Amino acid sequence: MRKFVDLHLRPSIRNLDQVEQMIKRSFDLGYWVVGIPLPSNIKQEKIRQLKTISENIGADLVTRVDLSPKTSSELLRNLRHVRRKFEIISVKCNSKNVARQAAKDRRVDILAFSTRFSRKHYFDTAEAELASKAEGALEIDLTSLLFLTEFPRIRFLSNLRKEVAIAEKFKVPIVISSGATNVSLLRGPCDYAALAMLFDLPMSVALRGLSENPLRIVDRNRKKLGAGYVAPGLFVVRDVKRCMNV
Amino acid sequence: MYERVRKRYLALKVESEEPLSEKDLIRAIWSSILQLFGEYGASQTNLYLVEFNPEDGHTILRCSHKMVDIVRASIAAITRINEKSVGIHVVRVSGTLRALRKKVMIRK
Repeated sequence: MRKFVDLHLRPSIRNLDQVEQMIKRSFDLGYWVVGIPLPSNIKQEKIRQLKTISENIGADLVTRVDLSPKTSSELLRNLRHVRRKFEIISVKCNSKNVARQAAKDRRVDILAFSTRFSRKHYFDTAEAELASKAEGALEIDLTSLLFLTEFPRIRFLSNLRKEVAIAEKFKVPIVISSGATNVSLLRGPCDYAALAMLFDLPMSVALRGLSENPLRIVDRNRKKLGAGYVAPGLFVVRDVKRCMNV
Repeated sequence: MYERVRKRYLALKVESEEPLSEKDLIRAIWSSILQLFGEYGASQTNLYLVEFNPEDGHTILRCSHKMVDIVRASIAAITRINEKSVGIHVVRVSGTLRALRKKVMIRK
């Protein structure tokens, strides 16, 4: 059975009732793993509190931070501070320099673009090539699709179609998330996959974007954040003292 | 040559701030299909509202089996009806009404 993931629930962190409601609704809709963006200066105690809420429901909570830097140096500075604190790092690419830096940096897991403004369309072939080498994924939030109407929605779909075609060509993993801010905007995984058809994403690829692709990122990062991780492919299996005793 | 159109039945769960009428619901679904897929797409769906329970929001729709994804996408795109926030979820899809009722009962 497929394990579905919604990496981008956006409840207000201060309102724990809303957080609980949204995680519960997502779990009922079939999402086993949910991600919530947290402020970069959040305390460990608060994270533990959120994890407990999620565990009580039965869902697995992934901690995530959404960076929105103005310059590439600001991005590098932010990455140094947050990489070891959060399981997922997403970068909202508001300028071309930031987009390029984020795409080539292996510490960045998810690239998010403003698809509403065609002038800010930075996900081109060069960007995709860099992201593909650095194992970055392209995130598509579907809440905007639900909100927009008429011409803005047409433009949004057109931008998404271009981005998806480029991502598929360069084998950049696509992650589909809700980006929902309240319960009424949540939809089931198959409904999102059906909506992805609007920008020519085949059903099988869309379902992968809702399950395997985000799960792979979460697993990879949890391994990296684990105590025994040294470098890609290198883990501490047993420490020296224990080896001596053996 | 005439080809028999196979059908699919969709069990929906409508969640709204205020109770909806059958008319409002079907109008919203048609309007969403028209917005996203146009009159040509809408004409191929063979959409029909089989059952609607305004109290608990359980609804059954029938459509052509080739257009299930189109209907599903259109339903997912509905966020407001009569200026009220609404969420419509497809609970199950089945080839026969009997099987659908059985599946939804098991799920409940």
